[in-house]
Amino acid sequence: MLTEIANPKIRIEHVSYAYDGEEVLRDVTLDVPANAVTAFFGPAGGGKTTLLRLINRLNDLVEGTHLTGQILLDGQDVYATGTNIARLRRRVGMVFALPLPLPGTVRENVLYGPRLAGERDRSRQEEIVVRSLRQAALWDEVKDRLDGPASALSGGQQQRLCIARSLALEPEVLLLDEPTSGLDPISTAKVEESLLELKQHYTIIIVPHSVQQAARVADHAAFFLMGALIEYQPGKRIFTTPHDKRTEDYVTGRFG
Amino acid sequence: MQEISSRRYVVQRIGFGVLVLAALLVVLPILLVVGAIILKGIGAINWEFLTTMPRDGMKAGGIFPAIVGTLLLTLGAALAAIPFGVGGAIYLSEYARDTWLTRAIRLAIVNLAGIPSVVYGLFGLGLFVLFLRFGTSILAGSLTLAIMTLPIIISTSEEALRAVPMEFRTVSASLGGTRWQGIRNIVLPQALPGIITGVILGLLRAGGETAPILFTVAAFFLPRLPQSPFDQTMALPYHLYVISTQVPGMPLQVQYGTALALLALVLSLNVVATVIRSYFRRRRQW
Amino acid sequence: MSKTTPTCWTEFAVEALVRVAGFSAIGFVLLIFLFLLREGVPAFFEIAPGNLFGTRWYPTFDLFGTLPLILGSALITVTAIVIALPLGVATAVFVREVAPGWAREILKPMIEVLAGIPSVVLGFFGMTLIAPLVRQVFGAPTGLTAFTGALILAYMALPTLISVAEDALDAVPRSYRDAALAMGATSWQTIWRVVAPAARSGIVTAVMLGMGRAIGETMAVMMVTGNAARMPVSLDSLFRPVRTMTATIAAEMGEVAAGSTHYHALFGIGIILFVLTFVINLTAASALFQKRRRGGLR
Repeated sequence: MLTEIANPKIRIEHVSYAYDGEEVLRDVTLDVPANAVTAFFGPAGGGKTTLLRLINRLNDLVEGTHLTGQILLDGQDVYATGTNIARLRRRVGMVFALPLPLPGTVRENVLYGPRLAGERDRSRQEEIVVRSLRQAALWDEVKDRLDGPASALSGGQQQRLCIARSLALEPEVLLLDEPTSGLDPISTAKVEESLLELKQHYTIIIVPHSVQQAARVADHAAFFLMGALIEYQPGKRIFTTPHDKRTEDYVTGRFG
Repeated sequence: MQEISSRRYVVQRIGFGVLVLAALLVVLPILLVVGAIILKGIGAINWEFLTTMPRDGMKAGGIFPAIVGTLLLTLGAALAAIPFGVGGAIYLSEYARDTWLTRAIRLAIVNLAGIPSVVYGLFGLGLFVLFLRFGTSILAGSLTLAIMTLPIIISTSEEALRAVPMEFRTVSASLGGTRWQGIRNIVLPQALPGIITGVILGLLRAGGETAPILFTVAAFFLPRLPQSPFDQTMALPYHLYVISTQVPGMPLQVQYGTALALLALVLSLNVVATVIRSYFRRRRQW
Repeated sequence: MSKTTPTCWTEFAVEALVRVAGFSAIGFVLLIFLFLLREGVPAFFEIAPGNLFGTRWYPTFDLFGTLPLILGSALITVTAIVIALPLGVATAVFVREVAPGWAREILKPMIEVLAGIPSVVLGFFGMTLIAPLVRQVFGAPTGLTAFTGALILAYMALPTLISVAEDALDAVPRSYRDAALAMGATSWQTIWRVVAPAARSGIVTAVMLGMGRAIGETMAVMMVTGNAARMPVSLDSLFRPVRTMTATIAAEMGEVAAGSTHYHALFGIGIILFVLTFVINLTAASALFQKRRRGGLR
């Protein structure tokens, strides 16, 4: 079982996490390599989403929680005191399960993050819009309606807009929490396609919405069950030759 | 069987009849009040009535200073109440954790809303007029009305803020926004129509109140416009009270006209609030 | 890219500001109580208890018996609730359970209009139109009676009562209704036997809040009740003039010298009103908060 690699982008060390005394993650340790797609998969309630939200400290917004262990980004503990949380979240972008365009136009959505980060220059903003939408494979579809309401886009377009919105900040890591769960197969294919492009430049962690998707997109995959990391293997071996009986049962569709 | 079930439906018919009757008993008097005041007051309303000073012991002339006074008092109350009201709502909706102190704030708001208006009057007299030596003045009256309006503005604004989906805040945070940036850029603009509605509802209550201004600002008869916040002023609700109870031989039409002016002012604000609310509710994207 | 210090500083300042605004609500309640105490407590020293709780309120003769005023307030408040409760609950049931869409569209804004009519306008209406009617119908010597006041008050309490009762009906789970209807109950039986009893606690809250509103009402009551400070103990008291605590303050405060016994006595009445409404609202609020916690936002 693989947990430690050289020069990981993210190192998760003995992380346990509880909401209101109820443990949702138990002693999870794993390394996430740079410039690859790592999938966290497993049945619902396994703690995958929680782990994602711990990496960019989004769970700071939730009250009554308890965290032990460390999460290192480029060797730096993201929970160290004095960490600039806003800057951390710019380095670690996130896309949610449901497309959540902010109120406003397509352009405003893309520029929301950069503007907060202090980007005032018009031409730089224009560059960001074009680059992010291209990277998210959305440019061709929306280039004529940049100033139309984001809510008028289709579900698949909205989700790619959300990806573009994260990319606008040029993050180092992109966290995707079931990014295709609400989408039709064609849109799903488009999103997955863009992931293959994106991993050249970004470290991507995805919680896929099915084992099949995990098998399609993942360079590495980790299987989570009820808050524990059961198995973590590089490449797609976990889907073909799982070591653990529980992993095997899950990937062959016996439960979950 | 047949008979039992038909009796059940007779009972049902009677029951529904009673409910309809009750609803009519609620609605008809409202129509009666509004209708009577409009019908009997409309004859008194004309440009002169609305824009000139009262003359002849208020039996003739207009109600201009009372209208101006009420507008000034309402405006003053708004200026003082909005920062506290909206700020408090932001605190409760976006920052406060569920502690006993937060619950104490909520209880305080409920109680502020329940304190009788005349007690606000006493308080204004004790604190603003006498203790702080503002005297009987627009300043004292506005501040009294502001505190009275505060609970309405806080509760309606908080409701509007809470109605904005939690996800917007999460998204904003995930894009590197701080808590306040999320509030300022996303939550507040989305909640604004609801907040404005709440402010208007608070203000129309303030504008229509008489008891809190009785001893803090209202002048019985003052046929000139106030020059500073420390002046007294006439006000529409108090003027109506005065001419209908304190002045013998007052022409009934002038009384109805004054009542109509006050009612129209308050109800038009009410309509504005309703329109804002329904317009934005239809337009918003969530 | 961004400078971090100004952001942090803004965050800190904003949170501090809104926190102050939030806590100001507590501050104002305390401040109000403090000033009532400051100006009102001397009354309890200056006036002998026998006098203070006596049956005669004639300030000119140094008689400060608050009993007739308290009973006056109680009489019209209770009468108002007796009138408003069945009307309000029935209207709420009608709006929530029975009324077709168009009727609801008319009723709701009408009730909002009622809530928006200034108290002094209702008082004026009561004086000029209701009082003469009461005099004719009940053959009373004057139309300015406790009953007239209670009638006006009932309508003033209705919007609060109806909206809280509606919320209570709303909170009754859909499944109760479905279960009753599935067992063959008529709609009426469902409302009468299932929905209304399930909403009972909410309706009690509605009554409390309506009462709080009624006790504190000032202008309308002052204009239509005749303001005679007599003990409302005889059977016909409902159709005789009466005087409430609120009306007494409103009518007399303008003419007293600050610092006089009479002045302190009026603030003393203010203390009684404050405490009464405080207790009523606290009770009602605790019921409301329990509901909120169950709903649980965050």
